Amino acid sequence: MTELSKTGAAVGEPVAEGPSKPPTAFLEVRDLKVHFPTDDGLVKSVDGLSFKLERGKTLSIVGESGSGKSVTSLAIMGLHRLGARGKNVKMSGEIWLDGKELIGAAPDDVRRLRGRDMAMIFQDPLSAMHPYYTVGNQIVEAYRVHNNVSKKVARTRAVELLDRVGIPEPAKRVDSYPHEFSGGMRQRAMIAMSLANNPQLLIADEPTTALDVTVQAQILDLIRDLQKEFESAVVLITHDLGVVAEIADQVLVMYGGRCVERGPVEQIFAEPQHPYTWGLLGSMPRIDREQTERLVPVKGQPPSLINVPSGCAFHPRCPYADLPKGGITRTQRPELQEVGGDHFSACHLSPEDRTRIWTEEIAPKL
Amino acid sequence: MSETPVSVTKKAEPQAAAVPAQATSPENGEVLLRVEGLVKHFPIKKGILQRQVAAVKAVDGIDFEVRKGETLGVVGESGCGKSTMGRVITKLIEPTGGKIEFEGQDITKLGTRGMRPLRRDIQMIFQDPYGSLNPRHTIGSIVSAPFRLQGVEPEGGVKKEVQRLLELVGLSPEHFNRYPHEFSGGQRQRIGIARALALKPKLVVADEPVSALDVSIQAQVVNLMDDLQSELGLTYVIIAHDLSVVRHVSDRIAVMYLGKIVELADRTSLYEAPMHPYTKALMSAVPVPDPTRRGAKSERILLKGDVPSPISPPSGCRFHTRCWKATEICKTSEPPLLQLAPGRQVACHHPENAEDQAPDDTTLLAVAKEAIEVVTLARTDTEPEPATESEPDSEPETSDVADVTDAADETDAADSGDAADSGDESEVQPSADADEPDDVQESTDK
Ligand SMILES: Nc1ncnc2c1ncn2[C@@H]1O[C@H](COP(=O)(O)OP(=O)(O)OP(=O)(O)O)[C@@H](O)[C@H]1O
Ligand SMILES: Nc1ncnc2c1ncn2[C@@H]1O[C@H](COP(=O)(O)OP(=O)(O)OP(=O)(O)O)[C@@H](O)[C@H]1O
Ligand code: SF4
Ligand code: SF4
Ligand SMILES: [Mg+2]
Ligand SMILES: [Mg+2]
Repeated sequence: MTELSKTGAAVGEPVAEGPSKPPTAFLEVRDLKVHFPTDDGLVKSVDGLSFKLERGKTLSIVGESGSGKSVTSLAIMGLHRLGARGKNVKMSGEIWLDGKELIGAAPDDVRRLRGRDMAMIFQDPLSAMHPYYTVGNQIVEAYRVHNNVSKKVARTRAVELLDRVGIPEPAKRVDSYPHEFSGGMRQRAMIAMSLANNPQLLIADEPTTALDVTVQAQILDLIRDLQKEFESAVVLITHDLGVVAEIADQVLVMYGGRCVERGPVEQIFAEPQHPYTWGLLGSMPRIDREQTERLVPVKGQPPSLINVPSGCAFHPRCPYADLPKGGITRTQRPELQEVGGDHFSACHLSPEDRTRIWTEEIAPKL
Repeated sequence: MSETPVSVTKKAEPQAAAVPAQATSPENGEVLLRVEGLVKHFPIKKGILQRQVAAVKAVDGIDFEVRKGETLGVVGESGCGKSTMGRVITKLIEPTGGKIEFEGQDITKLGTRGMRPLRRDIQMIFQDPYGSLNPRHTIGSIVSAPFRLQGVEPEGGVKKEVQRLLELVGLSPEHFNRYPHEFSGGQRQRIGIARALALKPKLVVADEPVSALDVSIQAQVVNLMDDLQSELGLTYVIIAHDLSVVRHVSDRIAVMYLGKIVELADRTSLYEAPMHPYTKALMSAVPVPDPTRRGAKSERILLKGDVPSPISPPSGCRFHTRCWKATEICKTSEPPLLQLAPGRQVACHHPENAEDQAPDDTTLLAVAKEAIEVVTLARTDTEPEPATESEPDSEPETSDVADVTDAADETDAADSGDAADSGDESEVQPSADADEPDDVQESTDK
């Protein structure tokens, strides 16, 4: 297995070995597949994803809306198998957390880890909070499930947590119901809930989308503190590349249920090696520039996850699809290959073409 | 697509070859929406008799206009009343006071029936995409609901039009028969957008319309909204916290703080020379997508005081408990929203980048001296342990934030709302406006 780099997380390289090989990293995901049967066909939301993450490090997952980021996190948390969702999902692959494999584990074991060793900040605060219980009670419950303390102690903890996420007058607001909070306040309440037990693995799915920048800065600091204090590993899903630049050690770019590029954050911004990543960087509005021109999205439509395009899933939208010889982009799926120190890309373009396109065509426009 | 062929030099791609509509929007065009003294308070009631004991002053007296064909951006701290303002101006909830005029018609007092013909013209895109989509309906039926409710038959039939709309926002026919829970966050947000744009309304109030979208689809949606604006002359009020997006889409921007508008300006001047101290702090906090600048360039003004309660906001200028320029007058007298430069309105006694409005009052309040911290960001891995960083077992940073507010001042921002006091009999009246499913066509208040 590849030597871990200095930045800690090594992600995405093909993992060929069987289930017996022990993990080397704190979190290791191997060839994860999550498929949903629907009336229209099998939706392949995640289709062969592998990565690793060390304690104390932050991995940012970016990628197209609908590319499987949330589905991946729910899989790690063991949440696909629950309730109504569970009936309709097919999962395979391996997820190792601190030496334990989770996909094959008993649901009870996973439940015990959830909320204590691993916690998740959900993308959608409303769907993650119960409308009929006060915010405080929900945090108290989250805390008491894993800590044998009185309600009073847990309530003190709840107020302290709400304070840390910047809810004004936490001692009073602790008894509000979710609908009495603004969008951003709900999101912060959920962050408070997920931090209740100082998790070792925190998966934060768009934790700051509903937040103004000042509160966002505060939340990012809070996550950094957690990391420092408890050596927690953090998976941060966001499409805010400003946040990525600021907090990530490693970046993983997803497209159509797979990783198309991953590497150290500096590399991803300085020398991205995949046409989809180029497209992402190119479509960003920048606050540090007056922008009167039109934004430039990646052209074309997101791929169907039922009839995934053959070969490279990005080929119908890729401006360079014809460069690699013999129409190979349409017939053969590119695997992740090392393109630089600890930097991987899944693209058939030759290194020369990639460097040329990046330096001559893409970078000057950013 | 837009018509104006413009020589946008570098970005040669076909889709890039047009200037966003807002760049050419009318300077002094016709007013579509006028809001005067708008107030929305959520009552807090107590006891068996449900006596009102206090109120959450979510929106507390704001005035502004939106001109035909322009985009007004609205920014401000979480909880400052942006969504509430949006719901009130679309009449999804009733205002407590003030006046709303749409196309010259006073719509403040119109009830459900009176509003019905206007529903088609005024649409809202909700902040919480999940809460606003009926979980029992397929996406096809959610997006076709506006046609059914308004009895509109589009050319080529409803189904075809709905599929066209879905495609416009980057969804495909394979999504037509799926239910909201089967979608990703960003896909749900786009469903809300498709629904709101279905009837080609005149005014769209969009509450965080692109916050859950990756930058590429975000660009696609922003361009779509641009196109519709130039084709149909749509007018937008866009509430967003992403200041880069707001800068890109807006002609003018309103900055809200605790239920009030504190600054209203065109986008260029707002970003280049913010006048209100709060605006300045807000701008400084934006993360820049460039890891090499981490630690170096990203200096930001961190407001240390906590957000005061909207139940009993601070006296005078509401920002005085957190402002580094606050003086005595800020505590006692509320600064009016004044025009300090052409096209720029600011509510501040001591604005930045403009003439001091109260030059004689120079003694800073005690709280002002500790109101902010200018921080630079530290890398997590490369840097050993910068001095500014708290030791693991020392007090968490936020606790001294709380102290500042407490010690801060006598205006009782801190011990304000015993109204919010959550004794079991106290209750914030849930207004009937929980995000409504797909029949937002009807006013849901009462
Ligand atoms: N229960 C389900 N049934 C069918 N399809 C599903 C289901 N859940 C998710 N999907 C599909 O799987 C894909 C991946 O969804 P996911 O929520 O992981 O996207 P995402 O990357 O988090 O996107 P976003 O940035 O918009 O949140 C989407 O195309 C979605 O439509
Ligand atoms: N139905 C309600 N009952 C009681 N209080 C409410 C209700 N709706 C909103 N509030 C309160 O009104 C204030 C303003 O809320 P609003 O949702 O308008 O904020 P916002 O500016 O949209 O914030 P965000 O950026 O977080 O979405 C908040 O303090 C909130 O708690
Ligand atoms: S493999 Fe071909 S189609 Fe895919 S990203 Fe690379 S060049 Fe484009
Ligand atoms: S200087 Fe005074 S009036 Fe201006 S924002 Fe600060 S406190 Fe308010
Ligand atoms: Mg998601
Ligand atoms: Mg809101």
